[in-house]
Amino acid sequence: MKILVCISNVPDTTTKITFTNDNTEFNTAGVQCIVNPYDEIALSRAIELTEGGKGTVTVINVGEAANDPTIRKALAIGADDAVRVNAAPRDAYFVAKQIAAYAKDKDFDLILTGRESIDYNGNQVAAMVGEFLDIPSVSIIKKLDVAGDHATIEREIEGGKEILTVSGKFIASCAEGVAEPKIPNMRGIMSARTKPLNVVDAVDSEQVTKVIRYETPAPRGTVKLIPADQTESLINLLHSEAKVI
Amino acid sequence: MSVLVYVEHAEGKFKKSVFEAVSYAKAIADQQSTNLTAISIGDVADSEIKELGKYGASKVLNVSADQLKTFVNQAYASVIASAAEKEGADVIVLSNSFSGKGLAPRIAVKLKAGLADGAVELPSTDGKFSVKKTAFSGKAFAITELTSANKVIALNPNAFGVKENAADAAIETFTADVKQSDLGTVIKEIVRATDKVSLPDAELVVSAGRGLKGPENWGMIEELAGLLGAATACSKPVSDADWRPHSEHVGQTGIAISPNLYIAIGISGAIQHLAGVSSSKVIVVINKDPEAPFFKVADYGIVGDAFEVVPKLIEALKAHKG
Repeated sequence: MKILVCISNVPDTTTKITFTNDNTEFNTAGVQCIVNPYDEIALSRAIELTEGGKGTVTVINVGEAANDPTIRKALAIGADDAVRVNAAPRDAYFVAKQIAAYAKDKDFDLILTGRESIDYNGNQVAAMVGEFLDIPSVSIIKKLDVAGDHATIEREIEGGKEILTVSGKFIASCAEGVAEPKIPNMRGIMSARTKPLNVVDAVDSEQVTKVIRYETPAPRGTVKLIPADQTESLINLLHSEAKVI
Repeated sequence: MSVLVYVEHAEGKFKKSVFEAVSYAKAIADQQSTNLTAISIGDVADSEIKELGKYGASKVLNVSADQLKTFVNQAYASVIASAAEKEGADVIVLSNSFSGKGLAPRIAVKLKAGLADGAVELPSTDGKFSVKKTAFSGKAFAITELTSANKVIALNPNAFGVKENAADAAIETFTADVKQSDLGTVIKEIVRATDKVSLPDAELVVSAGRGLKGPENWGMIEELAGLLGAATACSKPVSDADWRPHSEHVGQTGIAISPNLYIAIGISGAIQHLAGVSSSKVIVVINKDPEAPFFKVADYGIVGDAFEVVPKLIEALKAHKG
């Protein structure tokens, strides 16, 4: 089985988010980047599915050379080889178009992504790649089992789950539950240095979105503290002041 | 030029988030002095479809082909996109629900449209069609311009609210050709916990963290949530330890929610957790550590032991409800 895993280079989860240039650009100064945590789940499942010589895992990233350490991290976790589409990722549409253009003639049996990147939170790439390649896409999956060319998937829905099957090639975006994220071991880290990381050129894509500026959430007022033995005052405040119950 | 809103149903019923999406789409149609059409796919009774009129849908396309009785992401996207083309709709609105998240990107590609997902406000009307959407897992918003001719917007639940705007919904049958290749996924089973409030679109949420010491102590959390009609949620360490299911994990790597009320019990408020809940309208924090960072972003707080405070809160709530 040939699996392609799409990975995104994102700020570490502890990052305090600030912007520069009149709030039009994300301030990357001092920011540590990591493999998007959901993409790690997707990658870990891909490695499980191909373990023991049952297939290969390629990771793909759309980004500039600064992303290479993150891509090497994915190779250290256990991907066999990597591809970087050499372009600044403009938006999800652009990224999906690049991934689809690469995957088109490579005959991958399965393409996986994380459910969303923790920076732009689009949850768009998987379904867009599916549409560009005209293959089924399943978003936000919790479980993935593959037997031959037949997969059984659990997908999250409001208040429950949906169990579905799909035959043939497809793409899915993975959430928690699909796999435990694997941690690279020393052998993985050593071998990652020599695994192939191919750089390819981007294809043309129409521009469909543009971030005009960023805003940070308005700060809240000071907390109103209520003594622990006066829980009835809290109920009253929630009822008559905040009007939420 | 018109606005099309997709109205998803669960077992033939529309949820509040759908009425909210219709209200939002109607407001966009009003901004642009155009009409709003809704599209419903699958088995929904006419009486239920008529409900959409209350929120401003004057026309509803009803699609009820046999192959489309249950949700098929690819085929539904094709039908919605072809309806948009036939209706001449250039703005397509969906709820940013689990299914909406799978549909919106496919529709956007079909229509070569920019997509604003996780929208929290109406588009601006200053000449540029831009939408405020959540980014960086709730740590920021991105004001995103949709520069394409067609535009797709997926609205976050609880962001806009339900607004009545009575119209008489005329129901039209809409038939679309369904390609066999669009039917690649087949639903085998739907498991829905009917006795619980669904977390992503809940108006009230009671959430607990490691301060509860173990899964056996969730009885009082469930009881409090039950009394409020709230959904239950938890922090990452709690779902990682399998005290609670992953579907309850809110935060940067869990789900982001924006309920009217979020009650956090025994959660310290790490930056990753705050990211997922900071757009809650009112936040109540109960924690025995007065230095817990969560108090800095809370509206109301009680410094105290959850095991003493929560039972008292339950009593006070019972008294309040009489």
